[in-house]
Amino acid sequence: MRTLKAKILAMLALWVVWMLLTAPWSGQEAIAGAIIAILVAFLPLFPASLLGDLKLGPKALVYMVAYFFVFIKALVLSNLDVAFRVLHPKLPIDPGIVKVRTRLKTPLGRLLLANSITLTPGTITVEMRGEDVFVHWIKVAATDPESATEAIVTGFEKYLEVICG
Amino acid sequence: MTAIIGAFLSLIGALFFLLSGIGLIRMPDAFNRMQAGTKATTLGSILFLIGIGLQKPEYLGRTIILVVFIVLTNPVSSNALARAAHGYRKHIGARLEPDALAEADEAAEVASKTTANKEAVHGD
Repeated sequence: MRTLKAKILAMLALWVVWMLLTAPWSGQEAIAGAIIAILVAFLPLFPASLLGDLKLGPKALVYMVAYFFVFIKALVLSNLDVAFRVLHPKLPIDPGIVKVRTRLKTPLGRLLLANSITLTPGTITVEMRGEDVFVHWIKVAATDPESATEAIVTGFEKYLEVICG
Repeated sequence: MTAIIGAFLSLIGALFFLLSGIGLIRMPDAFNRMQAGTKATTLGSILFLIGIGLQKPEYLGRTIILVVFIVLTNPVSSNALARAAHGYRKHIGARLEPDALAEADEAAEVASKTTANKEAVHGD
């Protein structure tokens, strides 16, 4: 069941990429793309198992859309923050690596969390060990794991928990 | 109208590229250069590509694919670079205050040494 869901999601993703690539759409291309997408997604070795962690209930879909906007907001705000630090004459940086904790268990959830942390400027995921995530922070505001987790992880985690546990 | 919005978005994206270039020169060590250099380019390239897509609507689908691929792959390369830089932190003069990862590494090393000693004792 889980593998079937993963393969169907992978098939949809492949087909959407194909449709975006062939922008002025025609029916023949859509059908040919769909057939190829099914063939590729159902190849025995196609690595789609990661997508099986995604939940598809109505609540998860709402949280997916909300997560998109939360992420865009975090991306813009932190980009402006880093831009300010770059242009400031005194270069107000205070870099360090802090340890934060995550409650996410599934590989996809942890991947999305690490990628989101890295994509928002000011923080880079350096290493993940078990539930500990080591994050390089351009301006260390809190050194103890609890408040660092509150500042970096919690905003993303409460959405990712619903989307993919 | 969309062409004007697209041109405006491209301009803002190019500004972010400029900022990341300045950051690349001004920042003191590898980690912070990565913060300024590779990260400011994410919003820069997203805005730039979306802007191009709005100016030429027939390319919009392709630029969206490019944005998705950048968003998926950029963090992976940054993570690999950051981990490599952390391995060489003593040689590149990086100032890290605090460095929780080095502490964890030391703790793990001490733990493995004590277990190795215990095993040796048991071996005797």
